[in-house]
Amino acid sequence: MPTRIQKQARQDTMLLNMGPSHPAMHGTIRVMLELDGERIVNSEVEVGYLHRGFEKTCEHRTYFNLLPYTDRLNYVSPLINNLGYVMTLEKLIGVEVPERAQYIRVLMSELSRISDHLTCLAAMAMECGAFTAFLYKMKAREFLWDVIEQTTGARMTTSYIRIGGVRADLHPGFDAVLKKAIDETRLVLKDVHGLLDKNKIFLNRTRDVGVISREDAVAFGWTGPCLRSTGISYDVRKAHPYLVYDQLKWEVPLGDRGDNFDRYLVRMKEMEQSLRIIEQAAFRIPKSSPAFVAAGMSPSQAIKESRLQRVRKAIALSPNLEGSEETRYPDILASDKSFVVPPKEETYTTIEGLINHFKFFMRGHGLRPPKGEVYFAVEGGNGELGFYIVSDGTDRPYRLHLRAPCFHIVSALEQLIRGRYVADVIPTFGSMNMIGGELDR
Amino acid sequence: MEEKTIVERLREEFPAGVRESWTSLGDDVVIIDKGMLLPIATFLRDSPGEFRMLLDLTCVDYPGQEPRFEMVYHFFSLSRNRRLRIKTQISESDLRLASLTALWKNADWLEREVYDLFGVHFDGHPDLRRLFMYDGFEGHPLRKDYPLRRRQPLIRLKE
Repeated sequence: MPTRIQKQARQDTMLLNMGPSHPAMHGTIRVMLELDGERIVNSEVEVGYLHRGFEKTCEHRTYFNLLPYTDRLNYVSPLINNLGYVMTLEKLIGVEVPERAQYIRVLMSELSRISDHLTCLAAMAMECGAFTAFLYKMKAREFLWDVIEQTTGARMTTSYIRIGGVRADLHPGFDAVLKKAIDETRLVLKDVHGLLDKNKIFLNRTRDVGVISREDAVAFGWTGPCLRSTGISYDVRKAHPYLVYDQLKWEVPLGDRGDNFDRYLVRMKEMEQSLRIIEQAAFRIPKSSPAFVAAGMSPSQAIKESRLQRVRKAIALSPNLEGSEETRYPDILASDKSFVVPPKEETYTTIEGLINHFKFFMRGHGLRPPKGEVYFAVEGGNGELGFYIVSDGTDRPYRLHLRAPCFHIVSALEQLIRGRYVADVIPTFGSMNMIGGELDR
Repeated sequence: MEEKTIVERLREEFPAGVRESWTSLGDDVVIIDKGMLLPIATFLRDSPGEFRMLLDLTCVDYPGQEPRFEMVYHFFSLSRNRRLRIKTQISESDLRLASLTALWKNADWLEREVYDLFGVHFDGHPDLRRLFMYDGFEGHPLRKDYPLRRRQPLIRLKE
């Protein structure tokens, strides 16, 4: 119930409600506008329609089990959320991740970043009437999600990045799918630049609309492409390099005016940089030593045989993701049994593997980080995605807090639309990339 | 001459306000006196250290301990590229703390969130209301004594 604006509204103005399910309010957010004609005198943003109690839920889940919940934060780039959570925990425990896994993580998080930016700009363009640009971007996103789907087994709820590494190795046809996705995305970016960059309608609605000054952007705690659109060069990947970002060549695109158009342009340029990163990472990724195992026996057969003797032949795990065989584990997962789920082959066929499996999943056992607290941030699609975890030495986090980048960005919406027209709300809100799952948690 | 770290400067400037400090996994952590929050935050923002950005602000509940709540602030310096964690403790009997809304604009929503989920009151906040929960919600869900599956009474949709 927007109370403040109802109390403060002038007698001669009109209150107009936008959202929580308005076609242009993608995500669930409600904006109450106080209008003098078409001009917004005041506004009140109400959030919380998608509050699921993420932090409370996490306090009641084990460190391993809460990973799927992180998929649902920023549901357009779930892999970056996985990465942020997992790396925070790894910082607390002190885990060495194999180099190949680090490259896979970079690949996956950049693919997610592009899909995040594409979604944001697609929605923003569509709401300004550019439906063609929307369809083009959605097409490119499908190609990217094909790569993600074939690697992780899911399009959005991936849970792919695991403590100590990743869930599965890249599949044999990865390079070809990736190349197709990169080529298609490049084409789409070129088309969209052509469609929108000098488009009068688009420019009128975005140029010098929703302007934020550098000081205000910092005071609001903006990060990510929105902060960079004002000309401040802060990117977590450059400022606090993680994974192998410091070994790759790429630039941080900057805007200048801090308006909607700059936010659009920074995102467009960032996607090009992300493609650069992906190409370099795909080229430099250490090649897996063992060949892809094609022949072998199925898990059920292996279990049968293991009742008679120790199984010595290679086992093919048919229902699992390709590339999650035991032989690949050294390349993609750390080997410490205290925080990594043992390979299924071992669990099915050896008593030690079974014990390890039970030790990992039994209540009160499993992954227990040392007492302490940790903050770690990765560059999410929207900016600094930080996790703050307080551990009391048990198998569940004592407190888990998410620093959601778009929380800070959306909190500036009231200021950005004050004094503007109703039509300006839509591109301004669109360029912020508000993601309900992340904002409301 | 080597430059003084921000923790040393804080100790120098506020000898009574800084209680403890240590480095945890690469981040500086400072525990400060509750009453000194506003001057220390002002100093952090305007001093040469330039912690211009309030990255995050949250609370941790330790029931059974005195003081029960711990506020955690994360500051970031763009020019120095450093993060700083400031913590201060507040007891359940006096759940009041100075608001940082005058210094940082995002403190508005962040403090509303903490007020909503933990019940901490911020003095000087212009519009302290619940942020995620609705008016009429009973209790503060992120407190440890709030059960995970507690039901709330239904509220009327319209008056």
